[in-house]
Amino acid sequence: MRKTLQIIALLLGFATSASWLVTGANRGWTKTSVPVKTADEVTGIEGISYRKQFLPGIDFLAAAWGTAGVLAGASLCFSKKTKPTTITK
Amino acid sequence: MKLTYILPLVALTTAAYAAPLAFDFKDPKGVNNAVFQLDAPLESINGSASGISGTVAFDPENPAATTGKIIVASESLTVPNPMQKEHLHSANWLDVAKYPEITFEAKSLAKVNTDGNVTTGDVTGTFSLHGVTKEITAPIKLTYLKDKLAARVPNLKGDLLVIRANFVINREDFNLQKGQYEDKVSPTIDLSLSIAGACVRQ
Repeated sequence: MRKTLQIIALLLGFATSASWLVTGANRGWTKTSVPVKTADEVTGIEGISYRKQFLPGIDFLAAAWGTAGVLAGASLCFSKKTKPTTITK
Repeated sequence: MKLTYILPLVALTTAAYAAPLAFDFKDPKGVNNAVFQLDAPLESINGSASGISGTVAFDPENPAATTGKIIVASESLTVPNPMQKEHLHSANWLDVAKYPEITFEAKSLAKVNTDGNVTTGDVTGTFSLHGVTKEITAPIKLTYLKDKLAARVPNLKGDLLVIRANFVINREDFNLQKGQYEDKVSPTIDLSLSIAGACVRQ
């Protein structure tokens, strides 16, 4: 159990970091939509619409590593597996 | 025809031509927008509003006489972060349920300079936000596009008026968390308006 929790914590931290990097390493807040600008040819006005897209930010990264830390900490509550010792008389 | 009959007729015709054109800013294409920006430590809060309506009276022969009212639906204010949007709309900030509209009523234009179809100047009017109304003056640019409505909305003849304005307001002036969160959100809000209105001709 101890080992399993530590592996889950590491996987969570690294998977979140990887997805954060892949999506552009957004150093701002997490976004669930991104603005898309389109120019109106006649008026020259740039219209703004929002496209649904999950963009993890620093808060998402911190939350994931925080959870990973809690899991790793919780793993310490479980004792290490000890190898059975044989007593020879 | 006697001169006494002709003169009033000419005067009436001239008056009809001199009358300002009424431009409707409810945009069927949904391009009109108001952008707002507040500085914040991690990342500036950038958002926009699209629910724009209102009318502006503009006389191409006398742009200095431009007046009108632009309304922004508070509910249409959007930011890409859902929690920030929730806070923005909440009773703690804009309270969109209680104050559904943000308005600007243009009263006068000063320092007017017209070059071709473009007029620049300083517009003075009343800005209402969060139940507070204050008089503000901001630089404005008006671009009159004669007979261009058909290019934008087929089967409709008329003119377009493009308005661009940028101004800064203090959120304290409008009771938006007065004296609060100054370390988290800038006390000033940058506003930028880019809108086009249509004047349909029969």
